[in-house]
Amino acid sequence: MQTYDVAADGLRGLNATLQAQKQETNQTRWEVVNPKGSHAIAVGLDAPIDVTVKGSTGYYCAGMNKQATVRVVGSVGPGVAENMMSGTVIVDGDASQYAGATGHGGLLVIKGNASSRCGISMKGIDIVVHGNIGHMSAFMAQAGNLVVCGDAGDALGDSLYEAKLFVRGSVKSLGADCIEKEMRPEHLETLGDLLSRAGSDARAEDFRRYGSARELYNFDIDNAAAY
Amino acid sequence: MDKTPGTLPIQSATFSNSINSEIRRAAATGIYDIRGGGAKRRVPHFDDLLFLGASVSRYPLEGYRERCGTSVVLGTRFAKKPIELDIPVTIAGMSFGALSGRAKEALGRGASAAGTSTTTGDGGMTPEERGHSTKLVYQYLPSRYGMNPDDLRKADAIEIVVGQGAKPGGGGMLLGQKISDRVAEMRTLPTGIDQRSACRHPDWTGPDDLEIKILELREITGWQVPIYVKVGATRPYYDTALAVKAGADVVVMDGMQGGTAATQDVFIEHVGIPTLASIRPAVQALQDLGVHREVQLVISGGIRTGADVAKALALGADAVAIGTAALVALGDNDPKWEAEYQALGTTTGAYDDWHEGRDPAGITTQDPELAARLDPVEAGRRLRNYLKVMTLEAQTIARACGHNHLHNLEPEDLCALTMEAAAMAKVPLAGTDWYPGKPGF
Repeated sequence: MQTYDVAADGLRGLNATLQAQKQETNQTRWEVVNPKGSHAIAVGLDAPIDVTVKGSTGYYCAGMNKQATVRVVGSVGPGVAENMMSGTVIVDGDASQYAGATGHGGLLVIKGNASSRCGISMKGIDIVVHGNIGHMSAFMAQAGNLVVCGDAGDALGDSLYEAKLFVRGSVKSLGADCIEKEMRPEHLETLGDLLSRAGSDARAEDFRRYGSARELYNFDIDNAAAY
Repeated sequence: MDKTPGTLPIQSATFSNSINSEIRRAAATGIYDIRGGGAKRRVPHFDDLLFLGASVSRYPLEGYRERCGTSVVLGTRFAKKPIELDIPVTIAGMSFGALSGRAKEALGRGASAAGTSTTTGDGGMTPEERGHSTKLVYQYLPSRYGMNPDDLRKADAIEIVVGQGAKPGGGGMLLGQKISDRVAEMRTLPTGIDQRSACRHPDWTGPDDLEIKILELREITGWQVPIYVKVGATRPYYDTALAVKAGADVVVMDGMQGGTAATQDVFIEHVGIPTLASIRPAVQALQDLGVHREVQLVISGGIRTGADVAKALALGADAVAIGTAALVALGDNDPKWEAEYQALGTTTGAYDDWHEGRDPAGITTQDPELAARLDPVEAGRRLRNYLKVMTLEAQTIARACGHNHLHNLEPEDLCALTMEAAAMAKVPLAGTDWYPGKPGF
């Protein structure tokens, strides 16, 4: 286990060190201490290493992650795992706005709640939130799965493309072109797998699925009131 | 036979034939007009400025003999590897999707041969573009289509796009007919659907957030490459100041004549300010913050000639970017396609339905047959020639003003032909020592 002290050795050194780890590194386990809410902690990683951040972070923790597993023992600020490509990011606490924004792949797990715009413009990432999510989540979400074990706020899935949304609790309102859809066996299988990987004991059968009605995919003046 | 004199029919200046045709079109279709390009209306522009040249008080440099430098370095503030360009004319961001792959290749070839940079656009970086561009600026856009850290690290600079001059505050729409399988795959969306490009970034709002976003991008790229911030010209003083505060290496200011691939005509013509009006406030902001020339200013929007380049630089810019002019150099709106423009209900010079994907010149299309009309090698050569001519023109003017580098041009070399241009550029009306708003008058 390697330990890096952000307060003592600085952010630049942390990211440079973690980004320098290659596929064949022997230093696969890292502990980051004293993050003290710093922004851009463990960003741009591209190696199958395990990084545990002991404390809460600011904006963009684990941004653009590839391959790495980043665990935050605390809460995270806006844009955690933004544009993640692969790997796993786990937040033990809560997440602020834009969690997983534009993520292309990998798995983001938030053990607490996520604020507004969770999964905005997601492009293939899987996000599992054990708690609730805020308003405008999955706005313009293109691909991937958003799983919410609690409740969802207003305008869920507004202007949704092909992302799949699963919510166990209530949905305050659906956004434009987002509708409830049939939960088919393949969805239950996907959902069950995601819940298992995210360490949730929720039952897939208790969720409802939401997706795009695909009525706004091509502009039509008769749909103008929907925007 | 007596004939009572009649009044000639009078066309309304308010309800002109052009306006009436748009009313009829809207009534028939129920949708606003979408088009490409920038503002077509007459606005104060570089044509409204003149250089004074040498006189008794200044002596010129000898053309063809005495050296006049054209190089520029962008990104000297924080980046470890600033971009060094041979000429101060760069190629603005235009997407693969809006443009064909061959057109993007031609832009890369032409820019590289002329010693300057080209820029990606919405939709990500293509291998052809990277391969043919010696210096490539990677746009970081609200849509984040095709955005990935590998391409980010391949870039020579990163341009965070906050807005563009054709539509400040607006997003984009690439209509379904241009969404080929490849374009769709790069954007992670189904083939054939209209692809909306968001108007604001999904994970930050405001200058304080932008500062943190820039920090993240620098951390991911190791502080190696410059980070530009591009804004549509609206409030140039404050936008420039805030971009500097957020940590930008370069500010790109795009006026309303700057083109877009597609947006509403009402947006293009009625939102934003002219390029000419944006330069002095942006320069003033840099000067007030003590970073003029340390944070470089790139001006775009209606740059067409070496005279435009020289005037922008004289007003304080470090470089300019061209988009529409570069497309024309490649072959856009060429008279040789007039018959096909007529068939599309338009004419040479007026064709702007770039979003429909039926471009006879094969530039703004994803149709394989149309795209094949553009030879990227030949088109790249034309662009290279055009860039060289612009540079020579700018040098000609600079020498006539007695300067041995384009960056030595200054506002005192200029005068204005109109009150509006004098006020915007803060240079005297020709033959006077006065401009509107000048202190002390």
